[in-house]
Amino acid sequence: MRISGLGQVSRNRPVSFAFNGKHYMGVEGDTLASALLANDVHLVARSFKYHRPRGILTAGSEEPNALVTVGEGVAADPNIRATQQEIFEGLVARSQNCWPSVDRDLMAVNDLAAPFLGAGFYYKTFMWPAPLWEKLYEPIIRRAAGLGALPGAANTDVYEKAFAFCDLLVIGSGPAGLMAALTAGRAGADVILAEEDSRMGGRLLAEVEEIDGRPAHMWAAEVIAELEQLDNVRLMTRTAITGAYDQGTFSALERVSHHLPPSQSLKTAHRPRECFWRIVAKASVLAAGAIERPIAFCNNDRPGIMTAGAVRAYLNRWGVAPGERITVFANNDDAHRTAQDLVAAGVQVTAVVDSRHDAPDGDGFPVIKGAVVCDTAGRRRLESVTVRSVRGEEKIQTDCLAMSGGWNPSVHLTCHMNGRPRWNRELAAFVPVDGVVPGMEVAGAANGAFSTSAALREGAAAARAALADLGLKGQVPPLPVASEEVYRISPLWAVPGKGRAWLDFQNDVTVKDVNQAAQENFRSVEHMKRYTTQGMATDQGKNSNVAALAVLADATGRSIPETGVTTFRAPFVPTSIAAMGAGAEDQGFKPRRYLTTHAAGLEQGASNVEVGLWYRASYFPKQGETNWRQSCDREVMMVRNAVGVCDVSTLGKIDIKGRDAARLLDLVYTNMFSTLKIGRVRYGLMLREDGFVMDDGTTARLGEDHYVMTTTTAAAGQVMAHLEFLIQVVRPDLDVRFTSVTDHWAQFAIAGPKARALVDALVEETVDGDSWPFMGCGEITVKGVRGRLFRISFSGEHAYEIAVPARYGDALYRALVAQAESLGGGAYGMEALNVLRIEKGFITHAEINGTVTAFDLGMQGLISKKKSCWGKALSERAGLMDEDRMQLVGLKPAETAQDISAGAHLFDPDATVERVNDLGYVTSVGFSPTLGHMIGFAMVSAGADRMGDTVRLVDHTRGIDTLCEIVNPVFFDPEGGRVRG
Amino acid sequence: MVDLSAKSPCDGMLPVSVGSCSLSEEPPMRLTLIAPYAGQEGAVSAAMEAAHGLAFPAPNRSSFGPEGARAVWFGRGQALLMGPEASPGLAEHAALTDISDGWAVVRLEGERAEDVLARLVPLDLRPQVFEPGHTARTELRHMMASLTRVSAKSFQIMVFRSFAQTLVHDVKTAMEAVAARG
Repeated sequence: MRISGLGQVSRNRPVSFAFNGKHYMGVEGDTLASALLANDVHLVARSFKYHRPRGILTAGSEEPNALVTVGEGVAADPNIRATQQEIFEGLVARSQNCWPSVDRDLMAVNDLAAPFLGAGFYYKTFMWPAPLWEKLYEPIIRRAAGLGALPGAANTDVYEKAFAFCDLLVIGSGPAGLMAALTAGRAGADVILAEEDSRMGGRLLAEVEEIDGRPAHMWAAEVIAELEQLDNVRLMTRTAITGAYDQGTFSALERVSHHLPPSQSLKTAHRPRECFWRIVAKASVLAAGAIERPIAFCNNDRPGIMTAGAVRAYLNRWGVAPGERITVFANNDDAHRTAQDLVAAGVQVTAVVDSRHDAPDGDGFPVIKGAVVCDTAGRRRLESVTVRSVRGEEKIQTDCLAMSGGWNPSVHLTCHMNGRPRWNRELAAFVPVDGVVPGMEVAGAANGAFSTSAALREGAAAARAALADLGLKGQVPPLPVASEEVYRISPLWAVPGKGRAWLDFQNDVTVKDVNQAAQENFRSVEHMKRYTTQGMATDQGKNSNVAALAVLADATGRSIPETGVTTFRAPFVPTSIAAMGAGAEDQGFKPRRYLTTHAAGLEQGASNVEVGLWYRASYFPKQGETNWRQSCDREVMMVRNAVGVCDVSTLGKIDIKGRDAARLLDLVYTNMFSTLKIGRVRYGLMLREDGFVMDDGTTARLGEDHYVMTTTTAAAGQVMAHLEFLIQVVRPDLDVRFTSVTDHWAQFAIAGPKARALVDALVEETVDGDSWPFMGCGEITVKGVRGRLFRISFSGEHAYEIAVPARYGDALYRALVAQAESLGGGAYGMEALNVLRIEKGFITHAEINGTVTAFDLGMQGLISKKKSCWGKALSERAGLMDEDRMQLVGLKPAETAQDISAGAHLFDPDATVERVNDLGYVTSVGFSPTLGHMIGFAMVSAGADRMGDTVRLVDHTRGIDTLCEIVNPVFFDPEGGRVRG
Repeated sequence: MVDLSAKSPCDGMLPVSVGSCSLSEEPPMRLTLIAPYAGQEGAVSAAMEAAHGLAFPAPNRSSFGPEGARAVWFGRGQALLMGPEASPGLAEHAALTDISDGWAVVRLEGERAEDVLARLVPLDLRPQVFEPGHTARTELRHMMASLTRVSAKSFQIMVFRSFAQTLVHDVKTAMEAVAARG
């Protein structure tokens, strides 16, 4: 019910919205919660476990009950707190966890079964038979319990991540936060003031009080206006600081467009729905305020029962009275303000029920001292409360109960780096301990300073302390005059009684559950938490943690400080994964590296394959080819019979210079490079420290102190890091410098019997057997561009690799392909390259998979006996050269037409197909058009001794079970006549 | 005579403008990585002063010479000479590597360039911290990059050439997000 003349909302700007299919009117400035209360809608949700009708409990991010789904279809956002969701024209929201509707929820039958559903019920009941847990019990329970559901389709909204830096981060914009920001802002510090609400001001927006003779919210507005004028102050509203981390780093969640129509945050609109910030601050002031706690009494969860501070907030900020006959139940003086404000607004207050015998008298409302509310009635909305006092029990007709069990300082962020709060008896609350987050000062209610005056004072003092640390001096603004009311409280956690008294509203945990946990010896607060699930819902027990541990303390006969608190963990408010992973969906998951020939490849109809981050052409279909195998077979035969061109620029290229370049190479490679002649290339193998093979490739010597190393595409970064490690850590004495030139050079393989003819046609220098023998290299000029030519081969054919600066890559590639086509050849892709190298027995990382040694590959001879090398010592460990290790072999099917597959396992033909009989596995396969059947590599136990043996190949995934013959891994031209020709 | 046409890394993708920011590709220029050999830092710097009128830059800094020549710190013991062809005499004291074609070099300019970069780079780029001429090797989204503040409102960004398309996409996305916030 809206009260005329009250509140800070724009009455003349109506906003229409829909809730559970019905249309309502609110006003600009309303949250969904305030607008629903203004429309007398109190039943907004069903509880997690018992499907109890629930209403709005609070007015902030701590709300446990009023979680709704906002939006429709794929844009639907579940578990949005109605107390934070601002309304906008066309907002559509609905209740969750109910069927068919929140008014008539059939699962409410759970509530009747409540006596059986207490803490530990699932653990005890569904233990047996074990297999049924996953198949039957869990799915049923999951369907019955829970909150909102995701729409089940890809998100259409944009989210983002961002970084920010400042001298001072002020968390919270109540009196303490504003005063801190003002003090630091005026002193010239770089300040970020973060506020999770849509408006700055904190409790000043919710209370009737004066600062410097003006209404508090107007004082706040003036301060905010000044802060807005300061260039060094950044105001971030709708931004919750969610975690405190090392070195002044904070995480924050900004709700960028939850308050706007959904079309505003679509990918096409570019405006993110949420932004996940990482803020680095030299110092911080935590002025996060305090959270009011409910009191546990029988049936304290009915719609219409709210915290007393929330009732004041709805009344004073939004001009909404949540009831017509309101009762207050409290154990502290602060809650009496609720009655005062209501009476002043003309709302009937039936009574203030105060558990203390020395409670203050009311001005215009009755106070029942030394009394408690012990029960309530009303299913979908509160109808009455039962008050127990020395006079006995009496029923009071009421439609709203404002309760207050006191306030808990929001110490959460002070505990994110393993700090524990301290119990303050006077406040009956935990307060932060100084210095638990380096650089953080705590001020105001978060520090247990509950009066406005104290908050202003502490805010200024905290900023002053931070400024001193920052080496800044500033004028301290004169402290405004504000109320200095004393916070008087007498602890009351739970009202004794028979029925269920809720502690954790969101996870449906009652006093009885906590007592039962204690009875069953889950006496540690951490055990109680997990046994009852108290504090494990999305609100993380913001309303219930302290009361629950107080009940546990009582049940176990310990004090509250002895019992202790559970661990406060980030994030302070629920944070969508979409925000934390922003930008990483779809292709944003990893960057894409494109070759200079990418466009030319696409023009040729190439299909691309991802190799690491690179996109490479896998084959180039010609007209009439309907299957990749046809293209691949043609490209292989083209290379074997004429000439093929392939972009091999993705291979890592590292330029190495310096007088100790040769020494570095001798260290990193197993074989000798210091003896390599200038103008020659050598194949090399490198080991990891543990003696296993890391990578292979060729390295060319271009000058006395100048080498160019090539690595495999996949291991380029790893090899670069390895070289840095060796030079920074192992041999810092070596005078050698290196850098990656992978992207500088576009490099193309030209392979086939007509390779020389092709090279000759384009390269200005004479290229013959004398000037460019096999494994020769040097500088050339191609079509007027200086480049490099290497006579190396990964196909077994007479072949070259030609390199030019990348700007010419596209043009040279087109020229090479055109020339190749005129010679009966053309472009070939990764598929053909793979077949060509398997035919020749060349390995890749399919074979060098991190578990193989040089011995396993039959490359033991490449480990030079004349020198040491990285990994050599450990490669000689016992067991690494045993004859029964899995060794590289070739494989071909016993029947020509039979398919074989990589990943298949091998067995003796007469052995059963079981793990213990596993002989090894297939690493690479391809169809060899040259030989007319499948060929492959395998790692096979004692493989070198099994040449000619028949093995059984089994691939359960692809349904292949066939006999194969173990053969030499070099299938084609084993003498190497073609490559040297 | 060169008979092959040259393409720049961001060919066909830039410039783009969104809101108050623009992203453009720097004209092609000579990029030489200079890595002084052991104990040669002083000699290299002196030789650079003599040949190009600029000193070897300190870590996270760049130095400026005549006619737009710049030397940008490029990592441990490395600087990138941008503009002139490196004097051959430098090779006596340092490893010189031509990487002119290895990097995409773009410039982000505009009132809100810092806001755009705040969505891409985990660095403190406030003007009082990251001044004109300051440079860093850092990551831009998932790519390793070199970032230099060229002037109050413009930054030079470099990534490996093959990342050019992702770079343009990522920066443009951030520009759009900043502009959309109004």
